[in-house]
Amino acid sequence: MSIWEYANPKKFMQTSAWALPWFTGLAVVTLLTGLIWGFFFTPEAANFGTTVKIIYIHVPSAMMAINVWAMMLVTSLIWLIRRHHVSALAAKAAAPIGLVMTLIALFTGAIWGQPMWGTWWEWDPRLTSFLILGLFYLGYLALWAAIDNPDTAADLTGVLCLVGSVFALLSRYAVNFWNQGLHQAASLSVDAEENVSDVYWYPLLLCMAGFVLLFIVLVLIRTRTEVRSRRLQALEARERLA
Amino acid sequence: MTMAPLISVVDLAVARGGVAILEGVHFALSAGRALVLRGPNGCGKTTLLRTIAGLQPPLAGHIEAMPDSIAYASHADGLKATLSVTENLRFWAAIYGQPKRVDPALAAMNLDALAARAAMSLSAGQKRRLGLARLLVTGRPVWVLDEPTVSLDAASVALFAAALRAHLATGGAALIATHIDIGLDEAAVLDLTPLKARAPAAGGAGGGFDEAFA
Amino acid sequence: MIALLVRDLRLAVRAGGGFGLSLAFFLIVTVLVPFGVGPEGGTLARIAPGILWVGALLACLLSLDRIFALDFEDGSLDLIATAPIPMEAVVTMKALAHWLTTGLPLVLAAPVFGVLLHLPGPAYFWLVVSLALGTPALSVLGAFGAALTVGLKRGGLLLSLLVLPLYVPTLIFGAELIGRGAEGSSTATPLMMLAGITAATVALVPFAAAAAIRINLR
Repeated sequence: MSIWEYANPKKFMQTSAWALPWFTGLAVVTLLTGLIWGFFFTPEAANFGTTVKIIYIHVPSAMMAINVWAMMLVTSLIWLIRRHHVSALAAKAAAPIGLVMTLIALFTGAIWGQPMWGTWWEWDPRLTSFLILGLFYLGYLALWAAIDNPDTAADLTGVLCLVGSVFALLSRYAVNFWNQGLHQAASLSVDAEENVSDVYWYPLLLCMAGFVLLFIVLVLIRTRTEVRSRRLQALEARERLA
Repeated sequence: MTMAPLISVVDLAVARGGVAILEGVHFALSAGRALVLRGPNGCGKTTLLRTIAGLQPPLAGHIEAMPDSIAYASHADGLKATLSVTENLRFWAAIYGQPKRVDPALAAMNLDALAARAAMSLSAGQKRRLGLARLLVTGRPVWVLDEPTVSLDAASVALFAAALRAHLATGGAALIATHIDIGLDEAAVLDLTPLKARAPAAGGAGGGFDEAFA
Repeated sequence: MIALLVRDLRLAVRAGGGFGLSLAFFLIVTVLVPFGVGPEGGTLARIAPGILWVGALLACLLSLDRIFALDFEDGSLDLIATAPIPMEAVVTMKALAHWLTTGLPLVLAAPVFGVLLHLPGPAYFWLVVSLALGTPALSVLGAFGAALTVGLKRGGLLLSLLVLPLYVPTLIFGAELIGRGAEGSSTATPLMMLAGITAATVALVPFAAAAAIRINLR
């Protein structure tokens, strides 16, 4: 049995209907455990205070903001090369989730940054890159919304996703360079993965796993909705034809 | 003498907006032959012609033609309002690498007197004649024409029919979607009405991608 | 292919607006900025590279939707697509025509506008170099955005939304190049990055744009 069988809408609907409750349960348990552990059972850091606990939302959402785009890139490629409709619809379904993850990362970053740096916003390379990533998500979603024919929309957004990925990466490096050019070093950025000790690291790991599972649940639900909507269109078209 | 057809279409199915509209289209055109496509509005004539011209992929079946042998003329003439008649035609002649065909084409469509006029000052019928003159400068054997006689008066239709006959006489072929009689008695007629795509459940070709969902 | 370029240039000249509009827009942006930030020369000199680049970028954006939309509306694009020239070449020629009518005038006029913004002396050379190197990428990326939105009724705003994030790297390195030129520090890195981005964009993006046009014509 090949993995491509899941690209068949019917097979996808069957499998996802079976998998969805399991993933939902797993996501709830993992996320709740990680968040409760992180929020209530970790010591307060000496120099950060309580605000440090926002990393349990900030870091996983930032990670997902990037990974969702990567997933969209892969599914777009699968659509453009192998013409599997579920793949295109999964990319469409993932984009709003990615945008929300980007926004969560930016907002929690602002809330965290205010007491830490004394400012809501800093043109730090990392922050700026996320802002640009958010713009890419916006453009991608706007293009999907603007085109009536679903296959044309899938093709064009797929091409945009490919070109956008290259330029998003390029922007990341350009922004790094740009900020170094103005300030000497990006000293404000806190690299959570490297700085935190084990006490914070394990619940954080759990939260990241929880966010991945949450994304899988959401993307499955949304893709199922998209598949149903396409099925409705196909049935209506068939009715017009008959 | 039997000649290989200039273009042959085998069991073609075409889709518009992801829904199959025609299927089982089957014909071949050899040099000197013309085929008139008939059918009610919305039956898929334009979609069929666009598919044959290579602008969109067929749903099923295939089209066999020599590469670079098809000249396509759509509803729109593709004229630039601010360019003169000659400039418009010279552009297309240059694109097709046939600069010497401009003057004969102007003469054939009776546009000599209008040669220096800007396209925006032409009447609808004159624009259409210029659009058809474009076919003459392509130098391609197979003409694929979508409603070529729209807004032409009787004299211009006769002019067009004469140009078409000359094209057929020099070994060309033409595929024409039209509602009116263009006085081309020797042309075969293909009625597309019976070729309307059936619903996939009834054994039709299916509407492409959307059918995977139904 | 040359015929296509000549036709587009001729159309731009005849329709008016081609050369003039984007330049006038650039001028207005340059004039408005001092009204907004105050006439103090030091401030203007400091922000001049950025303003000139953003102004050029916006002026370029203004005419993007015309690259393919006009040909799409009058049916020429269908006919060009069935003509014996590859769509990639069509895109490249269209982008070149756009650059000649929009980018090049901006490059030539920018030093004059630089005077209005008190751009320091050594920066003028780098201003011209940076715009000359960067604006071709703007035109090609714009052609890509125009290709994506060619079938849409009101594609203009969407086009800006799609294209602006793609302009970020060019803008950053372009403005940085002028800034460094003005300070007299090393310009090698932004110069090479800007040239590299433009070269890669001009070489590769037409393929994506051509694919988008073929999809839109289906």
